[in-house]
Amino acid sequence: MEFRTEKKRSERMKRNDNGILLRTDQLTKSFGGLTAVCRLNLRVHRGEISCLIGPNGAGKTTVFNVVTGIYRPDGGDVLFNGESISGKKPHQIVSKGIARTFQNIRLFSNMTCLENIMAGQHCRASAGVWSSVFGTSRQKEEEKRIRDVAESRLRLVGLWKFKDEPAKNIAYGSQRMLEIARALATQPKLLVLDEPSSGLNDRETEDLIDFLKSVLKEDLTIFIIEHDMKVVMEISDWVTVMDEGRKIAEGTPEEIYNNPVVIEAYLGKEEFSEEEGSYDGPAPC
Amino acid sequence: MEDKKTEESGRIPGSRKNAVFGIVILFAVFPFIAGDYYVDIGFFFGIYALLGLSLNIVLGEVGLFDLGHAGFYAIGAYTTAILNTQFGIPILVLLPVSALAASLFAYVVCSPIIHLKGDYLCIVTIGMGEIVRLALINNPFDLTGGPNGVFGIDFPSLGGLLVIDSSIEFYFLIWIVVALSIIGLLQLQQSRIGRAWNCIREDEVAAEANGIDVRSFKLLAFVLGAGLAGVAGNIYASKLMCVSPESFTFWESCLLFSIILIGGMGSIPGVLIGAAAISLFPEIFRPFAMFRMLVFGAVMILMMMFRPAGILPRKRGGMGFRPDHGNPVDDK
Repeated sequence: MEFRTEKKRSERMKRNDNGILLRTDQLTKSFGGLTAVCRLNLRVHRGEISCLIGPNGAGKTTVFNVVTGIYRPDGGDVLFNGESISGKKPHQIVSKGIARTFQNIRLFSNMTCLENIMAGQHCRASAGVWSSVFGTSRQKEEEKRIRDVAESRLRLVGLWKFKDEPAKNIAYGSQRMLEIARALATQPKLLVLDEPSSGLNDRETEDLIDFLKSVLKEDLTIFIIEHDMKVVMEISDWVTVMDEGRKIAEGTPEEIYNNPVVIEAYLGKEEFSEEEGSYDGPAPC
Repeated sequence: MEDKKTEESGRIPGSRKNAVFGIVILFAVFPFIAGDYYVDIGFFFGIYALLGLSLNIVLGEVGLFDLGHAGFYAIGAYTTAILNTQFGIPILVLLPVSALAASLFAYVVCSPIIHLKGDYLCIVTIGMGEIVRLALINNPFDLTGGPNGVFGIDFPSLGGLLVIDSSIEFYFLIWIVVALSIIGLLQLQQSRIGRAWNCIREDEVAAEANGIDVRSFKLLAFVLGAGLAGVAGNIYASKLMCVSPESFTFWESCLLFSIILIGGMGSIPGVLIGAAAISLFPEIFRPFAMFRMLVFGAVMILMMMFRPAGILPRKRGGMGFRPDHGNPVDDK
């Protein structure tokens, strides 16, 4: 197993409260009688790739949906850059700087690839009805800027050749990259990806990993839900493990990889359970 | 119409440019060679084109099923009729007033129902259209004249300088308004607002997750669509010189709906084709009037089978070709 080792351990030690971009504080979300997320405290450090892992039904996507405003939390708080964003609408959260992709790709399928990405720039533009109808010079400038940003994003993911192709016509792997490019076009501080490697073959996954590492600049932080352990170990700086709505572990990939509790919860019981104290899932909420 | 020349001159091929130019010339010359009867048919073609454009914003661009659009049309027509007959306000002054009245009505009525999706919204808008019509029949505050409607509406005029009272003048009035609307709507299609509308039609959740305020943009579509329908109502009222509730039935809303379905969702040339199909063909095939509904039904079924996207669906793309960027280069 390959671990992400670019960062020096000393650098990791510097993790403190100032470096936290996204934090959930006792976050709770339930659907009827089912508590999907239970008093979750989660940290995403600035400039890093953080992963959220856990078995199916652990509540990972629910966490993402609460963070991005699709669900309203039942309790607790979500702090982005120290500011509470819980209960805000998704489009308000996007303009604050959190962009997301979906587990099952959601593109604007009949619109061209370029238009899809231009849609990402929507929240960074302000032209109203009248300035658009009359095509004022400010609106034209803004439109040009939107196109330029969209073009650069489309070139970044290597899909410029498909710019006039309806999004539904391009290959599955390209659609995923397009969705990521669209999220990047909102000029986010935090990029939230829901299982970006699902449905991709090994080569596409490799490309995706390289791409995410290359895009990780000082002003961008990435937060991923991922199933593929190889991907998780390879790209993440920080891993949070959930099971049945609660956090059961967090740490560097090495720590998580060797954590018996995680192995038991995530990969099923192995010899660990007999040697050490048996783990029967997190305490009920 | 002429809009396309100016708006897309950089990228539309010459043949299409010529076609647009030809159509504009045809529309301009037609009333001088045709008789009054045909000019009037041309006028009603224009009214349906304008109504089609207005519904196209709501149904075509945003994908909101609005089967009560005749209600907005009625609000525009009755605003003009009442203010003109009661207070003698000139028709052309009432043109923006009718638009505003219909927009305001749409804002107030649609605000609480805007979160409804698909068929639910459809049912509520049917109800809205019917409530408007029934309210007009019931003659609230003795304003609407009940089932008889309002009579004696003026011709549009500008202080005696320009009086629009002949068929040809009405024809040009409606088609100038249609042409201006098309220019404006084509501009909107290419703007962030048009894109936001299309995104909402494609995937509401993804639109919201990409920073588009879905609720406001849906409401904006209703307000703008109602405003244009109000303009159509104003011109219609002054042309007929009277308005009555029977012009704004559910059937009228259905006709407008089929304009969009025939032409193609979100396609402005499609709206013109659809409006022609609704307003011209019944006149051309008047001898077969008794089979009209039969043919209409058959055509709709055939459309759904063979061209479900409409006769002239909107073509996308070509946006990357900008003169200042030269030819696009592949990045791989």
